[in-house]
Amino acid sequence: MADRTAEVGLSTDLLRTPDLNEDRTEELMTVNIGPHHPATHGVLRLVVELEGELVRGVKPIIGYVHTGIEKSCEDKSYWKVIPFVERMDYVSYFFQMEAYCGAVERLVGLEIPPRAKYLRTIFLELNRIHSHLVWLGTTALDLGAISMLWYCFRERDKILDLFEMATGQRMHTRYFQVGGVIEDIPVGFEQKCRAFAEEMPIRVGQYEALLDRNEVFLQRTKGIGIVDRERLLELGVSGPLLRAAGDPWDLRKAFDYLAYPEVDFKIPVGTVGDNYDRYRVRVAEMVESASIVRQALDLLENGPFIADDRKYVLPPRSELSTSMESLIHHFKLVTEGYRVEAGEVYYAIEGPRGELGCFVLADGSSKPARVHYRDPSFVNLQAFPEMALDSYVADMIASLGMLDPILGGVDR
Amino acid sequence: MPDAPGLELIRGEIERDHPGAVLATSFDRGQAALIADPEQILEVLRWLREEPGHRYRFLSSLHGVDYLPADPRFAVHYELLNRDRVERVRVKAMLADPAAEDALPAIDSCVELFPTANFQEREVYDFFGIVFRGHPDLTRILLPDDYVGWPQRRDFPVGGEPVTFTYNERRYG
Repeated sequence: MADRTAEVGLSTDLLRTPDLNEDRTEELMTVNIGPHHPATHGVLRLVVELEGELVRGVKPIIGYVHTGIEKSCEDKSYWKVIPFVERMDYVSYFFQMEAYCGAVERLVGLEIPPRAKYLRTIFLELNRIHSHLVWLGTTALDLGAISMLWYCFRERDKILDLFEMATGQRMHTRYFQVGGVIEDIPVGFEQKCRAFAEEMPIRVGQYEALLDRNEVFLQRTKGIGIVDRERLLELGVSGPLLRAAGDPWDLRKAFDYLAYPEVDFKIPVGTVGDNYDRYRVRVAEMVESASIVRQALDLLENGPFIADDRKYVLPPRSELSTSMESLIHHFKLVTEGYRVEAGEVYYAIEGPRGELGCFVLADGSSKPARVHYRDPSFVNLQAFPEMALDSYVADMIASLGMLDPILGGVDR
Repeated sequence: MPDAPGLELIRGEIERDHPGAVLATSFDRGQAALIADPEQILEVLRWLREEPGHRYRFLSSLHGVDYLPADPRFAVHYELLNRDRVERVRVKAMLADPAAEDALPAIDSCVELFPTANFQEREVYDFFGIVFRGHPDLTRILLPDDYVGWPQRRDFPVGGEPVTFTYNERRYG
């Protein structure tokens, strides 16, 4: 090289590499990301300390979509609380309903009939697939895999069609009731749902074909955002994040609720706990959920879809015109609601993001004295500064996507 | 869940190491609860976390409750989970409302024992005005920093918050 410069008559001075460290300072730069930023998956504000491109500290600031739902619930009778809680974590509304309805059922000691158990299981698992699809689409979008969003939302739309067919609503369905579900599934739902559950594993295979051998995706996710399992447990992290770190902890297996003890499914776990494992665990969960839906459809037997206790459950519409008793029950339930004997219950289920717990305190009146949600996104967000520490800004965004926080649930 | 006799055994064992730390137990609707002395809450939680054979190492949830007509009025609930035995136990610390005008009820922070309590204690502080002594960063978490009042208390009215619209902007700013 040097002799060639002499040949063309260039001064060696010009070819000298400039000093790249000339402008570098040791000083940290504080950058504000959000609250309105497409990569924060909601209204989340991050105050980031940067050394060049490296993240040296993150502080998540939350509360921008706090709407006081827990407070509002205290002013509503038990059955009117259901639409409120659905709107906390707006992607996993069936889970929010199940946590609340399950807690109230435990408070009043109401058994739900078998058909309702299976129906609830079916809808919860469809909702889990839906939630993971939203996560996969938007997170892949953050990593530059734009087409994933369209594929994921195509399947998500099919799930929403199923919800609409059974409940009349695509989101926030208010389908679960204390005692069961509000109405039976319509004719044709079973076939449509089964067709979807058969198709879903094939679709998941297609997503994997798009991402699993995508060099950009692999480099952006492998070895990024690792927090070890013990630390995750200390931070109270649960759900796919914990399982990706190799801990097979799943409340569906640990505690018996709904139809989960009767269906056969596996708990996917990761090994290292990096972003790639988080992706793998969630994708594998979608296949397992589809299998649970199929099994629950097989086990679905005819029978009542809601408990027969007229003190808590609305009488069937047809009885209102013939039975005075039913009319009185209906009137009392709709106007005042039912009273619940004083007591408190904490009921936790496995949501798509981890342990979703609902605490309900009854004081003997027809309104709950306290409704509290232990939201997995809220608790998991505490692990985010450690996931993002000493990584690049772009990887911080990837880690946030892989954490999958829903800010409606964080802020409530 | 430990059953009712199991709960009494736990209580007995804690009492042996820390006399007077457990004030009462309750077993209601299949859920076990220890009502702990708020002054000794850390001893109780540490015992449940560290004691061989128990090891409730996972704090599922920490939340505040206001039992308004009752006295003591406030409570902090700790939902502990033993993942090996798949058992939950709830620890409750009842806190009285201090008589002085601006005084807030206070309890020791358990962030050292359970780092997950960090956000959750801030949430309880934010909504109930319960102070956690020794918390690394006890500020409001969901409400704005300049917010006045403790909205999840039962005597805070629903809808007590003026909503700013264009036409009443001057009045409420």
